[in-house]
Amino acid sequence: MAKKMHSTPMLDQLESGPWPSFVTGLKRLAKDNDMMVDLLGQLETSYETKKGYWKGGTISVFGYGGGIIPRFTELKDEAGKPKFPDAAEFHTLRVMPPPGMHYTTDILRKMCDTWERHGSGLIAFHGQSGDIMFQGARSEKVQDAFDEINQLGFDLGGAGPAVRTSMSCVGAARCEQSCYDEATAHRTVLNNFLDDIHRPSLPYKFKFKFSGCPNDCMNSIQRSDMAVIGTWRDNIRTDEKLARAYFAKHGVTDLVNDVVSRCPTKAIQLVDASKIPTGPTISAVKVSDTQAIAIENSDCVRCMHCINVITGGLAPGKDKGATILVGGKRTLKIGDLMGTVVVPFMKLETDEDREKLVDLGKRIVDFFAENALEHERIGETIERIGLVNFVEGVGLEVDANMVATPRTNPYVRADGWDDEVARIKAKKQAA
Amino acid sequence: MATATAPATPRRAIESGVPDNKQYLHPTLKKNYGNWKYHDRPRPGVLHHVSHSGEEVWTVRAGTQRQMDVHTIRKLCDIGDKFADGHVRFTIRSNIEYMVADEKKVAPLIAELTRNGFPVGGTGNSVTMIAHTQGWLHCDIPGTDASGAVKALMDDLHEEFIKEDMPNRVHMSTSCCEINCGGQADIAIIIQHTKPPKINHDLVANVCERPAVVARCPVAAIRPAMVNGKPSLEVDEKKCICCGACYPPCPPMQINDPEHSKFAIWVGGKNSNARGKPTFMKMVASGIPNNPPRWPEVSEIVKKILYTYKADARPWERLSDWVERIGWPRFFEKTGLPFTKYLIDDWRGARSSLNASAHIRF
Repeated sequence: MAKKMHSTPMLDQLESGPWPSFVTGLKRLAKDNDMMVDLLGQLETSYETKKGYWKGGTISVFGYGGGIIPRFTELKDEAGKPKFPDAAEFHTLRVMPPPGMHYTTDILRKMCDTWERHGSGLIAFHGQSGDIMFQGARSEKVQDAFDEINQLGFDLGGAGPAVRTSMSCVGAARCEQSCYDEATAHRTVLNNFLDDIHRPSLPYKFKFKFSGCPNDCMNSIQRSDMAVIGTWRDNIRTDEKLARAYFAKHGVTDLVNDVVSRCPTKAIQLVDASKIPTGPTISAVKVSDTQAIAIENSDCVRCMHCINVITGGLAPGKDKGATILVGGKRTLKIGDLMGTVVVPFMKLETDEDREKLVDLGKRIVDFFAENALEHERIGETIERIGLVNFVEGVGLEVDANMVATPRTNPYVRADGWDDEVARIKAKKQAA
Repeated sequence: MATATAPATPRRAIESGVPDNKQYLHPTLKKNYGNWKYHDRPRPGVLHHVSHSGEEVWTVRAGTQRQMDVHTIRKLCDIGDKFADGHVRFTIRSNIEYMVADEKKVAPLIAELTRNGFPVGGTGNSVTMIAHTQGWLHCDIPGTDASGAVKALMDDLHEEFIKEDMPNRVHMSTSCCEINCGGQADIAIIIQHTKPPKINHDLVANVCERPAVVARCPVAAIRPAMVNGKPSLEVDEKKCICCGACYPPCPPMQINDPEHSKFAIWVGGKNSNARGKPTFMKMVASGIPNNPPRWPEVSEIVKKILYTYKADARPWERLSDWVERIGWPRFFEKTGLPFTKYLIDDWRGARSSLNASAHIRF
């Protein structure tokens, strides 16, 4: 039995209602855990005063510099003593998840047992960067908790100016849209950056994310410094049985309104089944005895919409790989940035392909380490120096796929034009 | 008398990095890895995937509170042992998923989850679980709570989680400061500070690396100053945009204000490339009070936006697609939200958000 509970009239109001209540969970832990009794006391105080009371600090495990988020209470009485002493230290261990966030109940139970022994018993699946967050340990318990978690086969994630924990979608494990082996790519890339994850020494954070197709379920364009997004180069595949099944259920109205007219590049047409166009870049499939859809693949931007609507009837092609975008981040300091294309397509099938991805990642992180200002994300560096300097700096070639449009202003010194044209020509001939 | 013992040599970490997920995959997923053909959704909360091999797997998705006590996790494990061969996975939005190879297990699994208070849903055209941050529970710079605000909203939106009645999927997020760790979303709820930081000049010299704080300000409003004979910092309050960027490196520059830190609501963020390119969300409301424990004023505006979208959008239109069709003036008209001067961007690149055309809807 733990000590007496504090009165928590505000938090109590979050116990009712149909959604699972974290307050009920905290209270259950508090039945035999003094730390959670006091955590509830401090949280209730925050609800009353509308103020936060945690400050950071420096806590790490032996051999690492990051991965622990230290929290010390600032809620103190006049004598400087914590008002809720058993929750005066409430540190979090960030632990990297397996790709696709798959678990056995056995490993989850072992994590629970460890955290009950050494921490508060509160675990978040998962934080916004994908970490399993073991929340609430005293300073002296952090090492013990890590030792056990580490021996279960898990390792700390990133914090501070470091390569951060990554995420990949469910992907090839359970999704027909998967365009590469997300889990292997995720694991291969991250495990080549362990020093930069565990020992923060970059200008600021650097995040990789892995999505198997342009639906980008990992939100990688918006929230990662380097996004690896699956795509394909050849024609959309078709399956007449499934395409007909869609049509039988939905009819021509839905097909026109939901599929044909929503194609962003007008690459799809509804055609008469007796006049189906043919050609090396055309995918066509009958949806009924009289009607068919035809896709001009060279106009298609691989947005996924028609495939999402007629899943199986339409499917990504077979010549699969990934598009790489760099520079996504939110707000501070210069405003939101989406990642932008730096490699339109690369294969990701073999270990050799993945080595090339790791090599690209290393060149980009090295460039970031050497050229970014303190507390500057790579997207901001690119904004400051221009994409061309970045692309040349990391040893890539410019490509028209990198821009939405060519420049609209004339303010550029272009006296190298002829040399550049000659260089591109020579390179083409050599290839 | 106690004898001092030398501390044991600390264990050296096994720098194992990201674990291999093959050991955790459900056997049917492992067997059909990379070989899936298509999927459908037999009912809300259930995905049915079919492999090229002909094998099938049903996934049942349920909402969780994300910040889970070990008892809740063990309960979820019990359910996984009973129905799903001891395998589970989590989605990016903290929903848990159970995979079963036998369709007969789906209905009893749903019943068991529901009986234990885990709502089954979050698939397809539903309002799925809100991506959120740490808030007062654990963050060092929060303007509000996260888990509580999400619990209150999800209680209100429970019906939309367990059904698939929206025009397209709806992703929401909440963030406790303008750093927006919650991320882009169809509807996002974010703290918006409205006053410059209050500076505790007694502490600045000891706590803050002043040049770093000066460099952190996006509008160069902070400069070093001597205040009451102590080295400190001062803020040009006319320039200050109340972003809070100075607060993390310098906690004596208190930006959180119980009264003046408000909520803003943003709409139209989309991460997917489907149809149009990904979009950033736009601010459509601000000045909403930070009112724990259930933030009713926030819920009211969110629901107004959500149900206007639900009633008016066409199939497959995400919130951003819907607004692109009807236009922003009509968005404000239909939702009844006031369009104020604060919603016209004046940050760098802002001209691209102005209407440089004669395109006006009447």
